Amino acid sequence: MPTTPNAQNPSDDAGTPDTGTTGPAGGGTSLLTRKADKVDRLAELMGPRDNGTGGAGIWRTAFRRLRRSPMAISGAAIVAVFVLIALFAPLIAPYSATAQTWGGEVFPNQNIFVGPRAENWLGLDNLGRDQFSRMVIGARQTLLVGVVATLVGFGVGALIGGTAGAAATLGGRWGRTLDNAIMRVIDMMLALPTLLLAVTVAALIGASLTTVMLAVGIAQVPIFARLLRGAMIAQGNRDYVLAARALGVRTHRIALTHILPNSLGPVIVQSTLTLATAIIDAAALSYLGLGNPDPSFPEWGTMLADAQRFLSSAPQLAVYPALGIIVTALGFTLLGEAMREALDPKLRK
Amino acid sequence: MGSSTPLLAVEELSVVFDGRGSDEVRAVDGVSFTLEEGRVTGLVGESGCGKSVTSLALMGLLPSRGVRVGGSAVLRTGDTEVDLLGLAPGQMRDLRGSQLAMIFQDPLSSLNPVVPIGRQVTEILTRHRGLRGSAAEKEAADLLYRVGIPDPGRRLKEYPHQLSGGMRQRALIAMAVACRPRVMIADEPTTALDVTIQAQILELLKDLVTEEGTALLMITHDLGVVAGLCDDINVLYAGRAVETAPRAPLFADPTHPYTVGLLGSIPRLDAPRGEPLTPIRGSVNDNIAWADGCAFAPRCDRYLLDCLQGPPELVVSGADGTHAHRCVNPVRHADAAARAVLESPSVVGDEEESA
Repeated sequence: MPTTPNAQNPSDDAGTPDTGTTGPAGGGTSLLTRKADKVDRLAELMGPRDNGTGGAGIWRTAFRRLRRSPMAISGAAIVAVFVLIALFAPLIAPYSATAQTWGGEVFPNQNIFVGPRAENWLGLDNLGRDQFSRMVIGARQTLLVGVVATLVGFGVGALIGGTAGAAATLGGRWGRTLDNAIMRVIDMMLALPTLLLAVTVAALIGASLTTVMLAVGIAQVPIFARLLRGAMIAQGNRDYVLAARALGVRTHRIALTHILPNSLGPVIVQSTLTLATAIIDAAALSYLGLGNPDPSFPEWGTMLADAQRFLSSAPQLAVYPALGIIVTALGFTLLGEAMREALDPKLRK
Repeated sequence: MGSSTPLLAVEELSVVFDGRGSDEVRAVDGVSFTLEEGRVTGLVGESGCGKSVTSLALMGLLPSRGVRVGGSAVLRTGDTEVDLLGLAPGQMRDLRGSQLAMIFQDPLSSLNPVVPIGRQVTEILTRHRGLRGSAAEKEAADLLYRVGIPDPGRRLKEYPHQLSGGMRQRALIAMAVACRPRVMIADEPTTALDVTIQAQILELLKDLVTEEGTALLMITHDLGVVAGLCDDINVLYAGRAVETAPRAPLFADPTHPYTVGLLGSIPRLDAPRGEPLTPIRGSVNDNIAWADGCAFAPRCDRYLLDCLQGPPELVVSGADGTHAHRCVNPVRHADAAARAVLESPSVVGDEEESA
C-alpha cells in the first residue's frame, strides 16, 4: 500500500510560515482555511489514485491468500464436489437407492457378491442395490447432518460463549459471576467425550435423524462457547475497547460492534473444522445404531455398519462409505486449516 | 495567566490499588491541578509516577474492582458543577466522548482493526449527537478533513491497517474532538510516532486548543513536548506533584531537584560532543512512602535529614504565586544556572518551524 505523505507539513513550498505569523488574513479562521487549502492542494497534486486495492478488509485479503494456497484449493475442490453431489443427488444417481433391482444376483450367505461392472459402477450391496446410487444419495444425509449439527453447535455455542464473554469483560462484578456460572456448566460438558455426550443425547431422545443432528450439534456447543468467550475476553483487554469506552460508547455496542467481530475469526474457522468432525461423529452415531432408522434413506455410517458383517467376503462394501467419509472430512479440514492460516495475522506476509 | 474559575478542578486526587495478598499501592497520592479553557496543562514524570492512572481516574475508566479513588474533580458545565469522581457510571458514560475525550498512546491498537474508520467515527456521532446515515457520514468526513486527512471520503471506507501511523493518530483525534469536548486528555499521544509526525500532531493539538477553547491535559514524559505545547506544567513523582509552574518559570528556574534532574538528563544538540548525559540515579522504585518523608530523597543529591521529617509541604515561590514546589531544600536559581542546562531547552515546536 502506498503510504500517503502527510498533508500539512508546515514547510510548504511557498515558504508559508506557521501558526499565527502569516500576513494577510491572520486569526483563527484563516488558520483553518489555510490548512484546508493545503490539504486540498496536496490531494490534487497526488492526482487520482486507483481504488483497486483500497478498502480491502481482512476477509478480502484473506480470500486473496486462500486462492493462492494449494491446501485451500484442494480442500475447496473436495468440498465443492461433495456439496454438488449432495445437492443434485437425485439427478446423478442412475438407479433407485432402495430398490433391490438385482436382488437375484447377490447371495451373501454363499459369499456371492457383484463387484464393479458397466451397469453398476461400484457394484451391488448385500441386498442387490446399486452401491453407486446409494453412495450418492447418502451424501445428502451426510451433508445435512454435518451442516445442521454445525449450525446448532455454532449458534448455541456462540450465544452462550458470547454472553459469557461480554459479561466477563464489560459486566463488572455481576458479569463475572454470570460468566463463572455459565462456564462451569460448559466445563462439565467439555469434560465428557464428544461421542459419549452425543450418545447420551441420542439415547435420551431416541434414534432419528433429528437426534443425530442435535446430538452432534450439542456435543460441539462447549467448544464453540469456550472459543468465543476466550477470544472475547482477550479482545476485551485491548486498547481499542478502552478507547471506545473513553468515547462513551454504550456497553452493548462495544460488545456487539467492537469485541464480537474481532473474536469471530477463530470461531468461523472452527466451524469449518467442526463440519469435518460432525460428519465423522454422525457416521459414528449411525454406525452405533443411533442414526436414522429409516432404511429408505441410505447414510454412509449406516452403510458402514451394514457392511461390517461381510467385511471378510466383500470388503469393498465398507471401503466405499469409509472413503466417502474420510475424503469429505479431509476436504473440510483442509479448507478450515487454510482459512485459519489465511486469517492469522501472524502468518500474513 | 487566566485566573478565571477553572473548567476542571482536580483536588487531592488519590488512587489506591488494593494488592491482593501484597501491600496496597498508592499510584496517585493527592494530586491537585486545574484545567482552563484554551490552555494546555502538562503532567510530566517518568514511568510509574501515576500520570496515566490520573487520566484514567478522571475518565472513570479504572477497573471497578480493587481500586479506591479519593479526592474530587469538579467539572464546571455552564452554571452547574459536577464531581466526575462521584458520578454514576451511566452519567459518566454520557460525559465521556461528549464533554471529556481522551487520546491514547498507540494509535494502531486504539482503533478497532476490523471496523472501517468511518464507522468508528460515525459511531461517536450517533452516540452523542444523534446523527445518522448520510448526515453522520458527512460530518465524519468533515472531521477527518479538519484534522488534516486528505481525501477523507476514501479514508472513511478504509481499515486502520491501511492508514499510516500519523494518519491513525489524526483519526483518533478526529474521534476525540467529534463532539467538541470541553476537556481533552492526551496520554502520550506522540510516543508511538516518529519525530516529524510528532511535530505535526502537536501542532494539530495546539490548533484545536486555540480554535475550540478546549482544555487539554497533556500527559507525557517528553520534556520537549512539554516545552513546545504546555502552558502550565505539573511534575509528578511517585504519585504527587513535586513542582507546579507555568512553562517559562519551570524551564528557566526549576526548583525541585527532580525537575532539575529531568532537565539535566535530556541530550542536547548544542552540548559539546562526547559529553556524557547526567541521569537521575536509581529508579522510580527506590522510594519511601510520602508519609515518612520526601519520596525522591533516596535518589536526590541534595537530600538532608529534614527530608525525612514527614511529608514535605507544597511551598509557593515566585512573584505571582504560580510556582510551587514540594521540597525542603529546593534548588535556587544560582545553582540551576551552574548546571548550565536550563536556559533554552530543546523545543520540539521550534525545531519543527525552523526545519
